[in-house]
Amino acid sequence: MTQHVTIENLTARSPRRRLLSRRQVMIGAAGLSFAIAVGVDRRAAAAVLGSERSGKALSPWVSIAPDGTITIMSPATEMGQGSLTSLPLIIAEELDADWSKVRIVTAPTIEAIYGNPGFGGMMYTAGSNAVTSYYRPLRVFGAQVRRVLVDNAAKKLGVPAEELSTEPSTVVHAKSGRKLSYGEIAAFAEVPEKPPEVKPEALKKPSEFRLIGKDVPRVDLPGKVNGSARYAIDVQVPNMLYGAVLRAPVEGSVPDKIDDAKAKVIAGAVKIVRLPYGVGVLADTPWAAFEARRALTQSVTWSRTGTAWGFDSDKGMERFAADAKDVARGATEWSKVGDPRGEMPKASSTLEAEYRCDYAYHAQMEPLNAIASVSPSGDSVEIWAGTQSQTTATEAPAKLLGIPREKVKLNDMLMGGGFGRRGNRDVDFIIDAVLLSKEAGRPVKVMWTREDDVQNGRFRPISAHYLKAGFDPSGKLAAWHHRIAVDRVGPYMDPVRYQQSGGKDFIAMLGADLRGYDVPHQLVEQLYRDTGVRTNPLRGISFTANRFATETFLDEIALKRGIDPVKFRLDLLKNAPRGVRVVERVAEMASWGKRREGRALGFAFLDYSGSQVAGIAEVSVDRRSGEIKVHNFWCTIDCGVPVQPDNVVAQTESSIVSGLGLSLTERISIKNGVVEQSNFYDYRVPRMNEVPAMHIEVIATDNHPTGVGQMATPLIAPAISSAVMQLTGVRLRHTPFTPERVKAALG
Amino acid sequence: MAINFTVNGKAASSDAPPITPLLWVIREDLKLTGTKFGCGTGLCGACMVHIDGTRAFSCQTQMSEVAGKSVTTIEGLSPDSSHPLQKAWLAEQVPQCGYCQSGQIMSAADLLKQNPKPTRDQIIEHMSTNICRCGTYQRIVRAVERAVREA
Repeated sequence: MTQHVTIENLTARSPRRRLLSRRQVMIGAAGLSFAIAVGVDRRAAAAVLGSERSGKALSPWVSIAPDGTITIMSPATEMGQGSLTSLPLIIAEELDADWSKVRIVTAPTIEAIYGNPGFGGMMYTAGSNAVTSYYRPLRVFGAQVRRVLVDNAAKKLGVPAEELSTEPSTVVHAKSGRKLSYGEIAAFAEVPEKPPEVKPEALKKPSEFRLIGKDVPRVDLPGKVNGSARYAIDVQVPNMLYGAVLRAPVEGSVPDKIDDAKAKVIAGAVKIVRLPYGVGVLADTPWAAFEARRALTQSVTWSRTGTAWGFDSDKGMERFAADAKDVARGATEWSKVGDPRGEMPKASSTLEAEYRCDYAYHAQMEPLNAIASVSPSGDSVEIWAGTQSQTTATEAPAKLLGIPREKVKLNDMLMGGGFGRRGNRDVDFIIDAVLLSKEAGRPVKVMWTREDDVQNGRFRPISAHYLKAGFDPSGKLAAWHHRIAVDRVGPYMDPVRYQQSGGKDFIAMLGADLRGYDVPHQLVEQLYRDTGVRTNPLRGISFTANRFATETFLDEIALKRGIDPVKFRLDLLKNAPRGVRVVERVAEMASWGKRREGRALGFAFLDYSGSQVAGIAEVSVDRRSGEIKVHNFWCTIDCGVPVQPDNVVAQTESSIVSGLGLSLTERISIKNGVVEQSNFYDYRVPRMNEVPAMHIEVIATDNHPTGVGQMATPLIAPAISSAVMQLTGVRLRHTPFTPERVKAALG
Repeated sequence: MAINFTVNGKAASSDAPPITPLLWVIREDLKLTGTKFGCGTGLCGACMVHIDGTRAFSCQTQMSEVAGKSVTTIEGLSPDSSHPLQKAWLAEQVPQCGYCQSGQIMSAADLLKQNPKPTRDQIIEHMSTNICRCGTYQRIVRAVERAVREA
């Protein structure tokens, strides 16, 4: 397989490293828009982006060099999900670019141009929505540049633009057989003041796609098989020190007495620094930094501030569950369909159930880290970090240093996993480096150890669920009530967005509604809880907990009514043909209904932000050890137009493995406000010998593309619970289904 | 006293304290950053290298243990990404975030050296030392099988 596309800024030793520096691109792009490109600033802009390699800026997104090299900006950050390929690919499609001539540059932090429409224009890569939100605008931007190239070619050739067509990177005049390459056109092109209008019908039809849906090799992978891909942790800058930070054992505490006698005598330790929230170490080597930090652990006392002091997550869960079940206890209406309060009392019969989900941790493979270089005068800073949000990664340091945001230069690096950990408003791991660099007067690379990363993790919240279903005299599911007591996420992880959303805690509550299912009267209520524990979005966000509860409850309802769980879902999906299709197909793939010796199947369905996913788990249970083994997992996904179909499969495999961990082993517990786990021996993520054979089918449709990065994750727990019920007659109601819990349930 | 050893066929010398993990010398002093820090406890395999031809957790190997030995990192596996495993990794589009993949490839290379025709079960057993949080396991198995076929 050949790999033509090059990436700038992300590959250290790229053999085709270009002359254009990131700073130039940043300045250039900042001054560029269609309007400015031909205005008074045009020459300045052209000078910046007009190096031979980079070529002429035809839009803030695209520039083309005389040699035909096409530079495309990628606005999303790359954490493994593949946006670095799929977003530029969308532009290239409508531009009709020769993909082998494309080089990709990570976009500078300019929200007005590159902001994510799915997050109000913030530069934020999350929610599996990069392709969803950028798809339309990027197609239009690509088509506009193509239009400019065609118009310029028409003028040059003296023919009407209507007589011209394009082949990859070439404008063709079929009548005369004349052709002009994009590189040739760029050399003389005049860029109009306003971008040409491109009507939706002028965009390509899916049948005309040359790139979308064709599985282009991911551009970031060659560097990921030879060690050359660069993550923040790999960055070194001249005169750099290493940093480590001892954080408070309990969230909200601050250091009181610091005895640094043992730490400062460690060979290589340079300085011990009091920080607002912890104690920092500066050292000549990473090892010295870690050793000095270790020497501090028993030598610092902490203030008893913060609400998490004394918190015990097992006891907290009991309280959450009691409150959820106590329907007299106040709750906030989250969503409502029909008249659930009126209809539930009229039900001929009812069914109730409870479910619970524990805290869970991201465990991205690259421990959090960042490099910061604060200028000696403190009026600017350069940062190297893997972040899901260029916006927060520049705003928070600017605020801290009291400098304009333009004075923060961010080098957003490849991320060794994100899963939601790296998009917080306060960017904790970047602030470490900024504070220590300011203190040191030198660049500093701060690395968290794995123990730091676990114990200072920001977790998927705990939740307790109480559900009640009401049936009409015919036994049909008529009324639905779901009460969720859940630790708050939004106000902690991003108070700004929480406020903008009108105080809706989406990260804790999404997925609770029964999207796609025909249930006439539904009520979902939130019992807002604040334990003081750090919380965050984690892959699948609240869908993992809420869908575990709702899908498992539907399974219980089906069994109670003596209906096959798949058939029951198909009945509920009568108004959702796309849902029906993924369900029917996955049932076929798994030979649903076929009995297997010592194993059983369990099913779950989900409409996740428009993507339709269905899954079937085949499990066995070792009754003596309580261990659950998932042997096979079948999964179908309809995400509309699959921009990169093989990557949809890859992301789905990945989502399934994540869901497996959350379902079986991954658990964070808090005692006295302190995280009990510390590394991969007590926070167990799936290994190769624990994952099932995964059978995934992408059902391509012409619908607008929707997310693929986490959609299958919430299917796993309910599918396993359902299968274990089939196999043993015992219902598992508390994730993760650890061997101890399974043994206890089996009795 | 300096510790002398070989890295990717070249002589290397380090005056780091003898208890320093090899990982940090490779990454920060020799600037071979393809070898990754993941857990610091030999639980994840992101730091996997070969020492005298056998895989080893570089985070669990002290500098004192590598004196006179030959270390191979991902950068030294092949000069131009041409090792059958590297080619297979791309053909199967294995990596996602990519952070663990150097370690995965070094583990797999160790397996194929010992056992050029491993069974699927042998691959899974051997590779379960290495964590991939992106869950690329199924593709890793396919890539190892492809490398076996095409080597």
